[in-house]
Amino acid sequence: MAGHTKNLSKDELWGGNASPFAVSYGKMMMWYFLVSDALTFGGLLTAYGVIRHSSSEPWPVGEQVFEALPGLHGSYPLMYVALMTFILIISSVTMVLAVEAGHRRDKKGVIKWLGYTIIGGFFFLGSQAWEWSHFIHGSGGGFQVNKSLTVTGELDNGEKVEMTLNAGSWVNMTSDFGHEYEHAMEGGHEAAPAAEHGHGGHGEHTEAHAAPSHVDVNSLKPTELILNKYVLVHKDGKDIRKVTVKGEDCQKLWDAKADGTMAFGANMHKNEYAIQQQYANFFFFVTGFHGFHVFSGVVINIIVWFMALGGEFERRGHYETIEKIGLYWHFVDLVWVFVFTFFYLI
Amino acid sequence: MERDDLIVNDSYAINATHSEEEGKKIRKKLFAVTALLTAITIIEVFMGVAFKRNGTFAWETIKLTFLVLTLVKAAYIVLIFMHLGDEKKNLKYVVLLPYALFIMYLIFIGLYEGVAIQEANSIWR
Repeated sequence: MAGHTKNLSKDELWGGNASPFAVSYGKMMMWYFLVSDALTFGGLLTAYGVIRHSSSEPWPVGEQVFEALPGLHGSYPLMYVALMTFILIISSVTMVLAVEAGHRRDKKGVIKWLGYTIIGGFFFLGSQAWEWSHFIHGSGGGFQVNKSLTVTGELDNGEKVEMTLNAGSWVNMTSDFGHEYEHAMEGGHEAAPAAEHGHGGHGEHTEAHAAPSHVDVNSLKPTELILNKYVLVHKDGKDIRKVTVKGEDCQKLWDAKADGTMAFGANMHKNEYAIQQQYANFFFFVTGFHGFHVFSGVVINIIVWFMALGGEFERRGHYETIEKIGLYWHFVDLVWVFVFTFFYLI
Repeated sequence: MERDDLIVNDSYAINATHSEEEGKKIRKKLFAVTALLTAITIIEVFMGVAFKRNGTFAWETIKLTFLVLTLVKAAYIVLIFMHLGDEKKNLKYVVLLPYALFIMYLIFIGLYEGVAIQEANSIWR
């Protein structure tokens, strides 16, 4: 390199108008922005890794938490998120085809492929909205067991199994009882301030408001609990993840519930999937931050699509803008590849 | 203010065109990469469903395989879809080297600190 600079005059060397990278200013800055954004995502995923690695409790397993499909019952582990990944990869392909069309200055091609990319982006955002809503609502609640106990349960085919739960282990359930209990908990929350209000002279109002929902949470006892999701017992070399516990055993299990650990779905304070609340918080933050990137990408793509439609790039003589937004869109896909691996696979 | 991306450096953008025949070749390559990325995703999902997470050596190997497959996917996206492979060497290394250093540092922090926090928790809790 030094040999080359000797032959250049000062004006040539410092006069500007040339890029050592042979790319335009805008494209180079897009690359720099992407590097900095990648550092942000790298930091988030590393923080997730540190927390997960330092946790002494078992971490929830992706294939067991994410196993639902919209409108279907039963277990379809990872199918939905695989579909989301596929949608994003395909929209990345349509984007790169738009860039290719831009290099041929093919206006129609750009409009067509960029249009497909936008549709793919909307599909991804919609999928993520469903994923979030399912994660937040949960499937019936979960709680921690405060002591080791052995209970007898029933499999789907009526076979009896004995399972031992260690102290501190987390169980997840599907049952109508979970919903009843959740409503009672919520009712209890509402009833307290309303009763206080009643002392201020709104007696009638309070009675009407509090009476129907006020069920004492502590008086609720289940007669049957269906445990699901996590591996409960190994039998004949198989992992059994669904066991129905009835009668006395059900009481025994319910009484072993650690105080204050009952959770339904997930929010910023509690989640039914694990003891570690960081699990839900990282899920919300990282997938949410990525989703926000996808959302901005879709908005930018729509703006550029209209610019292409109006012939702006024909006037400029080149379609480099498509290349720049393409870089951003591919980056969003790239981040998802890593989120997919760390949140769902490993 | 003058738009320098339009005026000064336009030549880079205008020269970055190619003909219909070249386009055909490029698209062929893109479709091949698409097929590869899809295949890797399908393999990953299949592995994720089929293998048990039980902390044994087998599962640790699978975990490592996931990381390798993810890096292969990432490399194809960055080098082919984002055309970094076709850029000048300078730009390639300005993007890739700092990031590679950062990631190695983060992995070190992740593993080292993670273990340290776990040990501290097991003593003090």
